[in-house]
Amino acid sequence: MSTLTVPHSRADLRTPSPTGKRRRRPVRATVQKVLTTAITVVVLAVVVVPLIWLFLGSLKTQAEFLDNPAFALPENWLNFENYSRAITEGNLGQYARNSVLAVFPSLFLTLLFGVAAGFALEVMVWKGRSTVLLLFLAGIMVPGQMILLPLFTMYFRAGLTGSLWPLVITYTAIGLPLTTFMMATFFRSVPRELFEAATLDGASVIRMFFSIGIPLVSNALFTVALVQFFFIWNDLLIAMTFTNSDELRTIQVGLLNFRGQFGQIEYGPTLAAVCLNVLGTLLIYLFLNQRVMKGLTAGSVKG
Amino acid sequence: MKNVLGDRRTAALLLAPALTVYSLIILIPVFWSLGYTLFEGNPITGFSWAGLANFEKLWADEATRDALWFTVRFALVTTIVQVLLGYLLALLYVFVLRRASSLVRTLVFFPVVLPTVAVALLFQQLFEYAPRTGPVNALLNVVGIESIDWFSTGSSAFWVLIIMEAWRSMGFYAVLLYAGLVDIPEETLESARLDGASGARLVRHIVVPLSLPVLFSSLIFSINGTLKVFDSVVALTSGGPGSQTTPLTLYMFQTSFSYGQYGFGSSIALLLTMVCLIVTVGIFRSSRRDLTRG
Repeated sequence: MSTLTVPHSRADLRTPSPTGKRRRRPVRATVQKVLTTAITVVVLAVVVVPLIWLFLGSLKTQAEFLDNPAFALPENWLNFENYSRAITEGNLGQYARNSVLAVFPSLFLTLLFGVAAGFALEVMVWKGRSTVLLLFLAGIMVPGQMILLPLFTMYFRAGLTGSLWPLVITYTAIGLPLTTFMMATFFRSVPRELFEAATLDGASVIRMFFSIGIPLVSNALFTVALVQFFFIWNDLLIAMTFTNSDELRTIQVGLLNFRGQFGQIEYGPTLAAVCLNVLGTLLIYLFLNQRVMKGLTAGSVKG
Repeated sequence: MKNVLGDRRTAALLLAPALTVYSLIILIPVFWSLGYTLFEGNPITGFSWAGLANFEKLWADEATRDALWFTVRFALVTTIVQVLLGYLLALLYVFVLRRASSLVRTLVFFPVVLPTVAVALLFQQLFEYAPRTGPVNALLNVVGIESIDWFSTGSSAFWVLIIMEAWRSMGFYAVLLYAGLVDIPEETLESARLDGASGARLVRHIVVPLSLPVLFSSLIFSINGTLKVFDSVVALTSGGPGSQTTPLTLYMFQTSFSYGQYGFGSSIALLLTMVCLIVTVGIFRSSRRDLTRG
């Protein structure tokens, strides 16, 4: 991949800078050009080489790992046995299903509740709304460890521990502060006249929420959904706490258990499992990278 | 008109689901957790009153002190490394690559969205020592350095953690700081250049002071995030060797779920929360002071 990108940046550097300084000092400019290209190549290599190595490794057999040097190419490029073993013996399919079952319902609930709350807090007019918004904001700062034990007690007493419900409920709640806050901010930028005109036309608030409010922020909603998706999908703490049996494990907990299952001794299936996990996020990222970058940096308050 | 948008019943209806879930799952548990610090036991064995015993234990406990020390050390070093790398990358994007930086930004950001567990397993393989020589050790061998058993001592495992965190998050801080750097008006830079400032001097005297606000917010994000480090440590070293890479978060998890000490676990969680709060407030206040002075 790095070879693809370098010509790009080099071509750009070759165009004279607007100040015209480069034309006056050609030797220095050449040195600079070589230097910046080198730096760019190193940066890209640092990011990309481990991922390429990961993919190559996922195609190697155990013997290749032990006998060939670390940077050797796989002998058989179509050796997908590691993948099938990771999915069947490693239970990766089951784990992925659990993740989907926990992540998407909670994503939907977080967004629905969050938009509704954002609407009620920003568009509607009532006393004390800024206090409630602050209350939500405070939730962003609470570390997960602080609520873990009471939640465990609650779910244990409610008899929910043998299901995915604890995950769905906890993820929904944890996503709410940020979603509500961001939605309120987005509604703030919508001209109020729009809602006032709708009330003059006789729309009820609920009607207005669904046919004006949600469509207006649908772009923002999508961005927030992406941010939340990555947070929940990659979560380990909540999933580790509330999944006590193998049938309930999410993909991250399952992957963590790969160490135990295949040990560090069986390299192929482990790398294949990691590779599959990386591939999933890569696909989303490839299509939506600008949005993901903007959304994550905007929503990073959650850290 | 005001009546419709001021309808309290509808507002309550729209707000109720979010507020209920949020209160039940986050607000109440925070206070509940505070209550736990005064008890001993867990939901299965039952609870008994302990008074301030948990806090006395916290004060005297060697393992807590080690975990706190590791947490602080890790947060400080990681923050410096990842914000510094991010800043250098952002400078590279803005001043060297300029418009061509889009592709580099995209690629360097990619590790940010990867699951930490996947990244950690990958890094375990990269830094492998035996029975196979991993790529990193293989590279060292090429330059004539003996292979290092990275995960056998606390200090080398610590550095692998730092390298992994930097690899994972430098793209994030680069984009965040890039957004701040792009906001610097071109005229300011141009007039500084006319005054003869260039290269390092331009960066030191013009760029850094002007991007100070976004640098500070990056520092706050970073230190807050790294104080809560959990996934990376659990997946890469599981706290080992021994407990030499165990942060407060993991120690809290172990005491609570492996030993069933909910009261003591809650005290550790409270300690962690306090540390996060103090650091955030501290940085926030010092950054405000610096900004008014500058």
